[in-house]
Amino acid sequence: MNLLQLCYLLSAILFILGIKSLSSPETARRGMNLASLGMLIAILGTLFASHIVTYKWIIAGLILGTLLSLPISLWIPMTKIPQRIALSHAGGALAACLIGVAEYYRYRSNLSPLSMGIISIEVMLGALTFTGSLMVAGKLHGTLPARPVTYKGQNIVNLSLFVGMVLLLLYLILYPQVNLLFYTLLSLAFLFGVLLVTPIGAADMPVVIAIFNAYGGLTGAMMGFMLGNRIQIITGALDGASGFILSILMCRAMNRSILNVLFGAFGKLEEDAHQRRAATSQYKKEPQPITVEEALPFFDQAKSVIIAPGYGMAASQAHHALREFVDKLKSHRINIKYAIHPVAGRMPGHMNVLLAEANVPYTDLFDMDEINAEFSHTDIVLVVGANDVTNPAARHIKSSPIYGMPILNVDKAKKVIVLKRSMNPGFSGVENELYVQDHTWLLFGDAKDSLNKLAYAFKRAWNS
Amino acid sequence: MSHTIGIADVYIFVLASFLGFLLISRVPPLLHTPLMAATNAISGIALVGSLAVAGENYDMITNVLALIAVTCSTINVVGGFLITDRILGMFKKSKTESHQQ
Repeated sequence: MNLLQLCYLLSAILFILGIKSLSSPETARRGMNLASLGMLIAILGTLFASHIVTYKWIIAGLILGTLLSLPISLWIPMTKIPQRIALSHAGGALAACLIGVAEYYRYRSNLSPLSMGIISIEVMLGALTFTGSLMVAGKLHGTLPARPVTYKGQNIVNLSLFVGMVLLLLYLILYPQVNLLFYTLLSLAFLFGVLLVTPIGAADMPVVIAIFNAYGGLTGAMMGFMLGNRIQIITGALDGASGFILSILMCRAMNRSILNVLFGAFGKLEEDAHQRRAATSQYKKEPQPITVEEALPFFDQAKSVIIAPGYGMAASQAHHALREFVDKLKSHRINIKYAIHPVAGRMPGHMNVLLAEANVPYTDLFDMDEINAEFSHTDIVLVVGANDVTNPAARHIKSSPIYGMPILNVDKAKKVIVLKRSMNPGFSGVENELYVQDHTWLLFGDAKDSLNKLAYAFKRAWNS
Repeated sequence: MSHTIGIADVYIFVLASFLGFLLISRVPPLLHTPLMAATNAISGIALVGSLAVAGENYDMITNVLALIAVTCSTINVVGGFLITDRILGMFKKSKTESHQQ
């Protein structure tokens, strides 16, 4: 066993300890410091204990990479975290893909079928994860249209492209020297990543980000197999497992099967939603609007309030205003909890990070399963920019596209106040039954604006 | 590419996947975003493979490809660990509870 392998073993142990520490917010930070030490050991070991002919490309890359990493990690606002994570999936996949291309270019004349298979899978997965993640980032950032873009025969085009890539891959394993086919496979994979994400709307991104996380991990493991680098195999396996678990959790929270997601049938739901909207939107009642002044007395009598945040909170950057209003409520001995739905927001855990940024203690944040039983004895639920995840139709309307999706039991509370920009239905296109209940009031306007007004009015009322 | 893929590598991959499943199942939803940032930082280990290829100085094409790979993975390593630490630093307990400790 040489020094380099010893370094890699040590960093593998530190990485595993780092991920283990993420089981609790109290140990997480220290654990990640261990993991970064592991990374340092692996890098230094590689630089000093492996056969390196020239350092000039290495130094250039290290300096350039470090400089580019600073703005996207130190100064980026937390509302932009989802697109930032998607971008880094793209970067990681591109690195693995390009190293695969470099290795093929150099050794193509004497590759064993097994090595060729590994390289092809690595390059294919890397390329499609690269362009796919770029598309995800673009949709989340608003550079690309966030709505699903669908056309007739989309699934057939995607499926035949996929089959085409697999056939090319098999052919390449038999005849590795055919350059043209390898580069065709590479280009098709780049194209496939784009087409795969085209029909997917922004609200489904929690699943898609997690899936590309898994693909990225798998690409890394393939790179490890190709280079005979075991630390990369281990890390790729850990990363892949993480992405896979997260995508399963996100699917479950949307009541979709992983197969449904993997084969890209995303666009279908929205089409159906529009067709079914007519059927489900026959309300017998009108929603009750409310003003800030009218809403205020509700809080006079309240002892417990649960906040249900959604993507709308992120979109209107209302998390700081929310925390300020909540501080006022807390100072009058009102018990406050936040109910977090797993797919609220645009990536797994998005709401938790935003609220943590606004200085909400994590001990006030509760998962759907922890808090769902508490709604029935809660005085007021304040819904901030969440829609589909609060729709009671998911429980009982079988024809609804969101039927079966686990929801926050917001409707069971004594009073519900919904902060809402307009009466437009949520992403799924389904109208929300919650809004026409007798004990639900809608406070129209920008969430941040409404919360600021509420906090101001509350302060004035209690001080006088 | 002198390396041949041995069964030991497959063992490592399978066992590491199982370990990953066990460890990551225990991460609470509260920390799912930092988990993604963290695995992203750790997967920047592709840097060591990229460094090896960049250091071989085979020809201009592999050098340029490796330079891009080194840059991308450095972004993931440095940026990934920085942002994970920044996110985790924001998670605080409520004031009353921390006073009791």
